[in-house]
Amino acid sequence: MTVFLVLIVIILFAVTLWQMSKIYALSKGKSKDVSGEVANDKDNSVNAKLMIMFTVFLYFLMFYCFWYYSKFYLPEASSEHGSKYDNLMFISIALIMFVQIITQFLLHFFSYKYKGEKGKRALFYADNDKLEFIWTIIPVIVLAGLIIYGLFTWSDIMNFEEDEDALVIELYAQRFNWKARYAGDDNTLGNANVRFIEGINQIGIDPSDADGQDDIVTQELHLPVGRQVIFKLRSQDVLHSAYMPHFRAQMNVVPGMITQFSFTPTVTTEDIRTTDYMKEKMRTIQKIRNDRNKVLAAAGEPALDDYDEFDYYLLCNKICGESHYNMQMKIIVESEEDYEAWIKQQETFKASIADQE
Amino acid sequence: MSAHSNALDHAHDDHDAHHDHHQTFISKYIFSTDHKMISKQYLITGLIMGIIGIAMSILFRLQLAWPNESFTVFEIFLGKWAPEGVMDPSIYLSLVTIHGTIMVFFVLTAGLSGTFSNLLIPLQIGARDMASGFLNMVSYWLFFLSAVIMCCSLFVESGPAAAGWTIYPPLSALPNSISSAGTGMTLWLFSMAIFIASSLLGSLNYVVTVINMRTKGMSMTRLPLTIWAFFVTAIIGIVSFPVLLSAALLLIMDRSFGTSFFLSDIYIGGEVLHNSGGSPVLFEHLFWFLGHPEVYIVLLPALGISSEVIATNARKPIFGYRAMIASILAIAFLSTIVWGHHMFISGMNPFLGSVFTFTTLLIAIPSAVKAFNYITTLWKGNLQFNPAMLFSIGLVSTFITGGLTGIILGDSTLDINVHDTYFVVAHFHLVMGISALYGLFAGVYHWFPKMFEGKMMNKNLGYVHFWVTAIGSYAVFFPMHFIGMAGLPRRYYSNTAFPYFDDLADVNVMITIAAIVTAAAQLVFLYNFIISIFYGKTGEKNPWKSNTLEWTTEHKHIHGNWAGEIPSVYRWPYDYSKLNEDETDYVLAGQDYVPQTVPLQPNEEEMNH
Repeated sequence: MTVFLVLIVIILFAVTLWQMSKIYALSKGKSKDVSGEVANDKDNSVNAKLMIMFTVFLYFLMFYCFWYYSKFYLPEASSEHGSKYDNLMFISIALIMFVQIITQFLLHFFSYKYKGEKGKRALFYADNDKLEFIWTIIPVIVLAGLIIYGLFTWSDIMNFEEDEDALVIELYAQRFNWKARYAGDDNTLGNANVRFIEGINQIGIDPSDADGQDDIVTQELHLPVGRQVIFKLRSQDVLHSAYMPHFRAQMNVVPGMITQFSFTPTVTTEDIRTTDYMKEKMRTIQKIRNDRNKVLAAAGEPALDDYDEFDYYLLCNKICGESHYNMQMKIIVESEEDYEAWIKQQETFKASIADQE
Repeated sequence: MSAHSNALDHAHDDHDAHHDHHQTFISKYIFSTDHKMISKQYLITGLIMGIIGIAMSILFRLQLAWPNESFTVFEIFLGKWAPEGVMDPSIYLSLVTIHGTIMVFFVLTAGLSGTFSNLLIPLQIGARDMASGFLNMVSYWLFFLSAVIMCCSLFVESGPAAAGWTIYPPLSALPNSISSAGTGMTLWLFSMAIFIASSLLGSLNYVVTVINMRTKGMSMTRLPLTIWAFFVTAIIGIVSFPVLLSAALLLIMDRSFGTSFFLSDIYIGGEVLHNSGGSPVLFEHLFWFLGHPEVYIVLLPALGISSEVIATNARKPIFGYRAMIASILAIAFLSTIVWGHHMFISGMNPFLGSVFTFTTLLIAIPSAVKAFNYITTLWKGNLQFNPAMLFSIGLVSTFITGGLTGIILGDSTLDINVHDTYFVVAHFHLVMGISALYGLFAGVYHWFPKMFEGKMMNKNLGYVHFWVTAIGSYAVFFPMHFIGMAGLPRRYYSNTAFPYFDDLADVNVMITIAAIVTAAAQLVFLYNFIISIFYGKTGEKNPWKSNTLEWTTEHKHIHGNWAGEIPSVYRWPYDYSKLNEDETDYVLAGQDYVPQTVPLQPNEEEMNH
């Protein structure tokens, strides 16, 4: 399909050039005229036609993008607040596309319709308070609605209430990987600071703090479905940003302070893998990778890994150095039982220190 | 004031006859204090920087479309940064950083506002020159110096700055965080500090000139909208640029003198740094206190230029002149209190986020008023499609498209998931990058005869330039919204290091092809620009039949602009197609425009301008 779009673009370019060369040839005849480089009626009428063709191109481009590219939009949110987010996004996009289609039409249609002609009289129309009032007040009302809707959602997401069984997890960023620290049985994270980093204590947990003894540091993020998670974010070096697109969640990680974000995952990894959306996406991507593997095999290079199982991911989304593009962590959303079984296998801070000694 | 200008007039009467004897090559072309020459210096320096900036974008677009592939062009331009022709990740980050810096500051701030403020303020308000020609010269040469330093930083052994054009610390503050955070970053900061000094000197000069040196009859409500835009832009610059200077100075202190303004609790390179108590969020506040108004510093001059060009070429007064001024003022005021929308998820208090959402969405109102006023100006006009007019209409189109997505990004909730993705890249390129560039092009095509003594640019090459650019830039930036909504982060060296975004690869290829075609179309402009300087046809004194004062001057540039007395002004600049009281003919029979220098006619209804 992209080929088709490229073709259309090329054809439109070609038509443009053809029209250009035509007017170029036409205007060459009267080069002695001092107004040679000022648009004449011929230029006006050619450019007015191009205006209409451009409008067609613009509408086609918008239509094409929405038709073929809207499948790129993330799957339904896998978090509780995510559906509110998606609603607001849908309403906002519908609204701006409505305005976009009308205003672009008026702009280009007027450009076409009122093209200059010798002897034509333009209308001297300098002011109209009523009109201006109308198009000041309409955006005011619409935006007021959007602002209020948006702010309620924002406040719900950011000023969250802590559930009693909320899980507290620290996301720890270092160039170029992520770690997660679970609060352990007491559900309280021990104090930590970069000044405690030493040997196996890679994320600087205070060894003298009793709360930290049962903390668990892992390389993967496991979340029980349906239970609120409160993330405390900490960085040891530069700015990072913890971006979890499928959960509509993002927060910067700032050295020297602890930031936080909270959401409740609602769809397990297993469940999202079986959705039509994900199956289709996996098929597409696997096909692309197979095609690429053929090329790689011909060049005698190792094949790419298969990508047949979807996993949620956490990406770094604040420039942090050379390998910024590859700083990520796998997220697994699972049932409460699976989560409990998994966390039991992980080593506590106390045990890992003891092992070392 | 009048005695002073009379004295000047006399001086010029003697002066003109042997004008050339007084000026050496150096005083005329290099250390000139004449605003017309300085504006040309700004324009040409800005265009050269623009070539560098756009060329860089093509280089990293190639990497994005065909990741890790070998290109000879990389070997040529990047040398050791592209071993065997494959781009290195650190030079990728440098390229996006310097591309952003050059385009925002050197092309769209200095190249656009610097060029046209200098050219048009004295000419359109009826002044002999800027309030201080010397300061003006210093301003240009400081800009030139900062451009040279920025270009030198490209050749530093450890690489140019690579922390993004926003240079957030600690990445930019720790010389050992990435190789290019050393000398490259120092030169970046040094260059920007000088740039800010240049911009401040320029802005002060513009403000003083507009306030004090308007000719007789040129009240503030008779100023062309270009001047209003430049005037307000200069004020925003004076308010916000010093804050960036303070941020840069504090960053220099953190880097070189061991202070901790922006640094705290850092473990890097196997050791804990002594810094404690600083906050990178403070830097973000300081940076965006300039950074956001900067968007309008870039955009307002473009909107001013398009207002003037659209009115002239529509042969109609700009619709809602006072509303346009009011919205320029409203945008300027609001622009200084919305910076926090770049920081919704920076870790600042969510309540602050709510406040900034509110102010940010408010700014959509004056912007919408401007867009509607442009459209109404076209309605029932007699549109003359000169290249400048096409670029102005194009500007309104991209300003609407890019501005609308601002409603999504300005909403703190929606920003959570599209923050720092390609959605943002698409948004700001359309609304400030492309729109402001269109403003720049419109200005160059329209005022080329004023800059180069009556020579005009070739209109047909102008048409080719416009249409290819218009189609190409939409083809580049419209699809980009969709890969942003797929969750693709910006500033990623490669999107194929892992499989998640493999299905977006085709879109990236399409975008890169469109970008190359669009960039190639700019060569048409460059050719036209250079050829027209030397071989352009000389047009009439007032080729676009415009009302403003600059077209009452002669083709030949003279110091002081008008050989005789400065003309007086009797009306606003938008009396296009105004009819006489009986509505039998135009106010001046057979001529659809009434220059500002024409007094009220007997058979004319007086408007309140």
